Amino acid sequence: MPMSYSIQLINLLASTLLLIAFAMLSQRRILSLINLFAWQGLVLSLSTFIVAYSTNQQHLYYSAGLTLLLKVLVLPWLLHRLMRKLNVRWDVETLINIPTTMLVGIGLVIFSFNLAAPISQLSESITRGLIGIALASVLLSMLMMLTRRKAVPQVVGFLAMENGLFFAATSATHGMPLVVELGIALDVLIATFIFGIFFFQIRETFDSLDISHMERLKDD
Amino acid sequence: MIDLQLLALLLTPLTGGLLLAVFGSRSWAAELNSLMSFCTFIAAVVLTVRVIDYGPQVAFSEQFFIDQFNVFLVALTAFVAFTTSLFSRPYMRIEQHYGKLTIPMLRLYYSMYQMFTLAMLVALTSNNMGIIWVAMEAATLTTVLLVSLYRTPASIEAAWKYFILCGVGIALALFGTILLYFAAERVLGEGGTALLWTHLNQVKGELEPTVLKLAFVFLLVGYGTKIGLVPLHSWLPDAHAEGPTPVSAVLSGLLLNVALCAVMRSKVLVDGSLGAGLAGDAHFAGNLMMGFGLLSVVVAALFLSRQKDIKRMFAYSSIEHMGLITFAFGMGGPVATFAAMLHMTMHSLTKSAIFFAVGHAVQKSGTQQMENIRGMMQVSPTVGWGLMLGTLAILGMPPFGIFASEFLIITTAMHDYPWTTPFLLIALGIAFAAIFGKVQPIVFGETTARRLPHQPALIPVFAHLLLALILGLYMPPYLADWYRQAAALLGG
Repeated sequence: MPMSYSIQLINLLASTLLLIAFAMLSQRRILSLINLFAWQGLVLSLSTFIVAYSTNQQHLYYSAGLTLLLKVLVLPWLLHRLMRKLNVRWDVETLINIPTTMLVGIGLVIFSFNLAAPISQLSESITRGLIGIALASVLLSMLMMLTRRKAVPQVVGFLAMENGLFFAATSATHGMPLVVELGIALDVLIATFIFGIFFFQIRETFDSLDISHMERLKDD
Repeated sequence: MIDLQLLALLLTPLTGGLLLAVFGSRSWAAELNSLMSFCTFIAAVVLTVRVIDYGPQVAFSEQFFIDQFNVFLVALTAFVAFTTSLFSRPYMRIEQHYGKLTIPMLRLYYSMYQMFTLAMLVALTSNNMGIIWVAMEAATLTTVLLVSLYRTPASIEAAWKYFILCGVGIALALFGTILLYFAAERVLGEGGTALLWTHLNQVKGELEPTVLKLAFVFLLVGYGTKIGLVPLHSWLPDAHAEGPTPVSAVLSGLLLNVALCAVMRSKVLVDGSLGAGLAGDAHFAGNLMMGFGLLSVVVAALFLSRQKDIKRMFAYSSIEHMGLITFAFGMGGPVATFAAMLHMTMHSLTKSAIFFAVGHAVQKSGTQQMENIRGMMQVSPTVGWGLMLGTLAILGMPPFGIFASEFLIITTAMHDYPWTTPFLLIALGIAFAAIFGKVQPIVFGETTARRLPHQPALIPVFAHLLLALILGLYMPPYLADWYRQAAALLGG
């Protein structure tokens, strides 16, 4: 594959990633949110694969495979299973002010691009300029965590944030050393398990997964 | 040789964690926990002696790096982890006796306690900035279920907040690490070595300053969440107040230090990179740290007087002290860096001693609300004295060690940044009035407390306070030398 094609493809995938981040921001149904998360993982895996192919880096193939396994198959499966067990599969969250959230999101994208502009100019890698997109999707996921009132969407936001970070790692730097990537993947997996335990604890204690019930701890 | 010593240090808590995951529900689990912590402490001492004798070392094909700076934290971490395990033995039995904890919960606690020690030791000794991140995240993961151990609504809320906020914070730190790698890759080339701190340290002058500046902002905000710097601190009082007291003691005394160590590693690189450039902002990282530090000291002091819960109050006191340490590291220079490290040691020893005493005081009176804890001196002079002396020590009263380090920090601030002195002095004054005014009636006054079913372990309290006292009165020359070398490594 000639270089220019792969660059175009990666750029396309990057914009898809950002688009999915926006879609997640406005998605009310928890089930669709998890599916969007799986799609984001797939996009991530594809872009890693293309970077691996065009720069001919062996270890990136592994991380592409790892992403596919963990973020497209295992984590969404775990989340779906949890939803079934907790019986909240068809939950719909009432989101207020989607337009405002979207506008704030656009602001975040502009902010990230500005922040990343001096760095992008330094980049000689085939994927220059993508660091802004990666930062934007990290911040968008963070915004999603802030605006949600239910536990599950917050966790999906947390995992989506990890996706954005991973994209930054592959696009800007051709991937971190494999041992670090494995460590991060392990952390994410354990975190998901612990989140699962928490869902049950929260529901047992508060009778719902709505974390707006949690407002006991305050400084007057 | 160094490989073996390091292996012993890391394998002991790992073995302990696995053993306790299996045998944690046995009646001797608490003793096993203390034994494993003791072995870890011995391994740490052996390693420390080695580093003092032979200087900085790398191990396991450079994946680990031990120098005077982190080995002192390793020794401190292992020591406090050991004494806390001694304290937790009767403490957790009493909690179990009152029906607050079940056997499976205790098993989780013992196992995670060892794993948490492991995560902190890896974070301290790793040479790989990526692995440091992984270990920091692992430290959160191992403690989050401990914060919610009691399964009360408040503790679950605290744990959730801790998990989410530290998760977000640490994600920012990962972005910072990626940016660091991005800058390093251009100098060191792709592959394993570009995240190794020792390699980065050699080429720090060639790293791109703009990228490193941005990376440091992300790293400071990310790890700063863990340190509990204002305005990223809101998880800390909740987690400290709602978790079991031994967990509060290690979170406050140790985890915050470990996060600060990661920040200092990054600061050395950023300072090197900016110092070599033509830009006039060589003190960029230091200024940021001073700003966050000063804000934390002032805000925490203001919040102190409004606290009603005793553990919450001492959690705010931790924020205040971590702010002071961050501020001192930010000022840089040999004296301030020396003082910051001394303060780290003293704060760990004193704060964990206070939490031990507070833990038993709370058990005796059955509440964490300060207005209902009264007359500790009457019912148990040791708890009363422990709390009183600990409070005096943490407030910086001579002759305890914190007085020495605070004195050094403030005199340096007066000399280098005079405008910060009034803020620091007023904040320390407010903190004194708030904490002392609240602890005084707890210690003296009429009692309402009850007897405990198990003899509380108060030796750790007095051991810590005695150490803080000795170091405040007299610092052995070799120890001072050690601190000085460590300060020099941090570019002081």
